[in-house]
Amino acid sequence: MKPSLVNTAEPATYAQIWTFRTPRARLALWFGWLALVALFVYCWQVMNAETMWVFVADAPTQAADIGSRMWPPNLGYLPELMKPLWDTLNIATLGTLGGVIMAVPVAFLAARNTTPSTVLIRPLALWVIVASRSINSLIWALLLVAIIGPGLLAGVVAIALRSIGFVGKLLYEAIEETDIRQVEAVSATGASAMQRLNYAIVPQIMPAFWGITMFRWDINIRESTILGLVGAGGIGLKLQSSINVLAWPQVATILLLILGTVIVSEWISARVRHAIL
Amino acid sequence: MSLETTYPMHWRRPPRMLRDRRWRLVVQGAALVYLVLAVGSLDIEWSRVVEGLARGQRFVEGFLQPDFTSRWGDIRQGLIESLTMTLTATVVGVLISVPIGIGGARNLVPAPVYGVCRTIIAVSRSLQEVIIAIFLVAMFGFGPLAGFMTLSFASIGFIAKLLAEDIEECDMHQIEAVRATGASWWQVLHYAIQPQVMPRLIGLSMYRLDINFRESAVIGIVGAGGIGATLNTAIDRYEYDSAGAILLIVIVIVMLSEYGSSYLRRFLQ
Repeated sequence: MKPSLVNTAEPATYAQIWTFRTPRARLALWFGWLALVALFVYCWQVMNAETMWVFVADAPTQAADIGSRMWPPNLGYLPELMKPLWDTLNIATLGTLGGVIMAVPVAFLAARNTTPSTVLIRPLALWVIVASRSINSLIWALLLVAIIGPGLLAGVVAIALRSIGFVGKLLYEAIEETDIRQVEAVSATGASAMQRLNYAIVPQIMPAFWGITMFRWDINIRESTILGLVGAGGIGLKLQSSINVLAWPQVATILLLILGTVIVSEWISARVRHAIL
Repeated sequence: MSLETTYPMHWRRPPRMLRDRRWRLVVQGAALVYLVLAVGSLDIEWSRVVEGLARGQRFVEGFLQPDFTSRWGDIRQGLIESLTMTLTATVVGVLISVPIGIGGARNLVPAPVYGVCRTIIAVSRSLQEVIIAIFLVAMFGFGPLAGFMTLSFASIGFIAKLLAEDIEECDMHQIEAVRATGASWWQVLHYAIQPQVMPRLIGLSMYRLDINFRESAVIGIVGAGGIGATLNTAIDRYEYDSAGAILLIVIVIVMLSEYGSSYLRRFLQ
């Protein structure tokens, strides 16, 4: 494309060639890209100030080495993994359950149309949601293992605390999108505030609620597979101990099992959501 | 039999799901059995939990009175690593995922290319960041470069998948109109697809920037640099006030980036 001859202010004659953007937009775009590239280069320099390039150059050999050690996977290790897998599924399911139970009141307090006070309680509920969302479940697990000791309970609580933000956010958005006319119809019958919630809002958000719960359950299965790395139980514990003793065929088996579990749980969650919605 | 039928005086809400009563009982029973089994296998040591509550209280106190100063050098270093890692990984991730996303759109490319691109997306999405980080740290050594590699790899699956879905949902009329002028494949991409998906792509990139920052706080635990390494050290030393300070910084940055990206998205639309 040739540059156009258009004067951006008030063109006396229009250019004969159509262009995608005005010259000013093109200039702004170029400056935007230039700034991004400059920022990228600067960040790259800062980030790699202490990088040992010897190790980086060595990476392909390392990768080939680990790869050859991992193959073939040690399938005889599978029966030993069934108990940790059951633990992992429990962490995810019980964690989702706990998270949802805590998230529902938070969501009702955070939604603009059901909160008792937009000045005081709504910002607090929103803060709870943001705080829970910004801290990953692995960090929650790290804290909880230090506080209540290693084990499944730390994993369950970590998953639950992390789920509050996700479920709370999606649920309060669903509550805010409910049809106001149904609420008015129910209040016209003389319903109290709680009855309005129960008969006008809850039936409207029920499908969204189950969809969000299944979606979060699926994510929680993924996250609970690695919680064992910091000592919170499940299949991650086996992964950590196998890596520590450099038993690469066992690591490969565990990774395959995790991959299979994730795919199956995603399939289940997609089927259930499809059936509900 | 009398002709008078008694009508129920109270209305009962009909069940929304599982209309059949027997199925409802089966599902409820199974859920109950599972709950009993699952809670039974938790194996909680209550004495240890009670002992830990005091420590939990200290953590809450540390969170309420965060100590930014005594470990400020480490925190600053970790933050710089995390932020630079996040930006570079997002840029590289977006650059790689745009061609893969285009290749994963069924309405633009032949079937073999579609299959290859969708496979790359599936592989990248099904592996956890932390697991990738463990391997990349083993390959590239400790430090933010391994973290950068991890986050770039994880970004590919996320952005390419959503971009491909967005391209598939594009308005076909615009594509046909541009094609009718005799445009080549590249010109269709440039004049028909790109204007439709650009706002969404920018939104996705901002969202991924946000996710990458949060993840950068995690992958440090396995040695990939960033604020996560600092946090891990603080918790290992039982310095809950420093840990509280780090968590507060992470929360504030995530909040800022969330407000910033929602503002930017509104500005672009």
